[in-house]
Amino acid sequence: MISLAVVSGKGGTGKTTIATSLFLSLENAQLIDADVDEPNCSLFLDIKTEYVKDAQVPIPVIDSTKCILCGECVKNCEYNALANLPNQILVFDRICHGCGVCSVVCPTEAITEKNRSLGKIFSGTNEKRRFDYGELIVGEELSTPIISTLKEQIDEEKDYVIFDSPPGSACPMVEAVIDVDYVIVVAEPTPFGLSDMKVVVETLYQLNKKFGVIINKEGIGNEELENYCREKGIAILFRIPFDMKIAKSYSVGNNLLKTFPEWKGKFQKIIKEIAEEVKNE
Amino acid sequence: MNDKTEIRQVTVISGKGGTGKTSLIASLAFLLQGYTILADADVDAADLYLIFSPEKSEKTEYYGTKKAVMDFDKCTKCMKCYESCRYGAIDQDLNIEIVRCEGCGLCKHVCPVDAITMVERVSGNYFVSETRIGRMVHAKLVPGEESSGLLVAEVRKKALEVAKEDNKLLVLIDGSPGIGCPVISSLSGSHMAIVVCEPTVSGKHDLERVLELLKQFNIPGFIVVNKSDINMDITNEIEEKFGKEFPIIAKIPHNHIFTQAMIEKKTVVEIDSKDKSVTDIQEMIENIAKLILEKLKIIH
Repeated sequence: MISLAVVSGKGGTGKTTIATSLFLSLENAQLIDADVDEPNCSLFLDIKTEYVKDAQVPIPVIDSTKCILCGECVKNCEYNALANLPNQILVFDRICHGCGVCSVVCPTEAITEKNRSLGKIFSGTNEKRRFDYGELIVGEELSTPIISTLKEQIDEEKDYVIFDSPPGSACPMVEAVIDVDYVIVVAEPTPFGLSDMKVVVETLYQLNKKFGVIINKEGIGNEELENYCREKGIAILFRIPFDMKIAKSYSVGNNLLKTFPEWKGKFQKIIKEIAEEVKNE
Repeated sequence: MNDKTEIRQVTVISGKGGTGKTSLIASLAFLLQGYTILADADVDAADLYLIFSPEKSEKTEYYGTKKAVMDFDKCTKCMKCYESCRYGAIDQDLNIEIVRCEGCGLCKHVCPVDAITMVERVSGNYFVSETRIGRMVHAKLVPGEESSGLLVAEVRKKALEVAKEDNKLLVLIDGSPGIGCPVISSLSGSHMAIVVCEPTVSGKHDLERVLELLKQFNIPGFIVVNKSDINMDITNEIEEKFGKEFPIIAKIPHNHIFTQAMIEKKTVVEIDSKDKSVTDIQEMIENIAKLILEKLKIIH
């Protein structure tokens, strides 16, 4: 099995378009939409959800009959998720990262844990293709535990697993890419596009990942992104021209391969080349 | 809101990325420069510096979450830390993988020989800089670092301070895409939000989630449909579905001027053009700026 993540520093560069196109170009593959704040892959696929699972984080429950209000839990919580009131310890559920420090430091064993839902995982299949996506509950702050739960859904029987990563380069993106074999960076050739891509590239160097770039909306900006890739020796895997026809077709939920069926072969070739690069390691 | 001394915060968010949030806020900040401090709170894709070329920056280091460090001279290989860590940050040889470490300190607490210390690290910087439109607060997260929500909070706090010092009535905040921790942090304390969306099935889906977030936080929201002509049907659907609760204050057609302005390091409203399609867009943005001042009772 080979695992890939599709990332982009800047949002709206075509990450979802590329992830779904790669997925639909393959026979025995799994797509995992890890952009759990705003998951969109399902809008471009015709795969019904077959089962749903909660994505949870353990949070502390304080037994007031055992608690002596010593404040050790409050003092040691790195996320300020607990507060010491005159006659009780208050837990801020939404801030709690579920690390378990409070139960370990409690001298009277007054703390147990219960699970709290942050979102849901939806899974479905269509022939040999499997699709999973996570969705953060609106108002919740922590995306990363949902991405971790999504990673437990990986089907080892598949030839390929593709992650649609959250945008940016902070912790949710790192969680989505940290274990994959190869990363595809989707970027648009504009000053904002280049600036955001550079941050992603720095992150990928730091994580020691193999990666290549797909330039989307070619022609809208300037040459600087292409020059940057050349200077750094970054492989450009594919160029998709800017085309109002693509934008309009995307707007109604059509996958790129519906607009340009002839590109299926191109996506298969990209995957084949990536697979060879990964195996040659 | 009628308290004239209170500095008002306006956050521009989008749910979906790439809708034109940053281009819009840059133009608004240019038009409202007499009233506002600009804050770039999209800390892992901060782009406003490309338009306003900040200089004479005053830098503050930002310490995010701590990281665990192992002292192998003390370690007895009891494996308690390895067994306890919930983030898989410690491998079987007891090496700590920094990027996976959430800085919770559980390993330190379970270690019987005090072999682990928690070390503070710089996980980003924030800056107060001078630009052609006045002072701007912006930040840079170290790539791959976490707790961007806390850095956003620092940027927001700093911008309020700077606004007070410079006698500005308004802080304009460029928020992150999504609905999670950095977005919630950028919305905290906001008097109004401008939501920039695009008329696509995904744009509409993401808009719905971000508006629900505004409802939870009780922040009045105003919608700008950008690239409105990509799909007029969806533009109309957005207006019908959300317009009552969240007024549509502009429908901006797709135009090359957005990318051109970016390349020229200018805001869209600074471009000198006689092309009506461009001047129409500039007028729409001017109207949004006016509306902000009126809604916040800064002008009557």
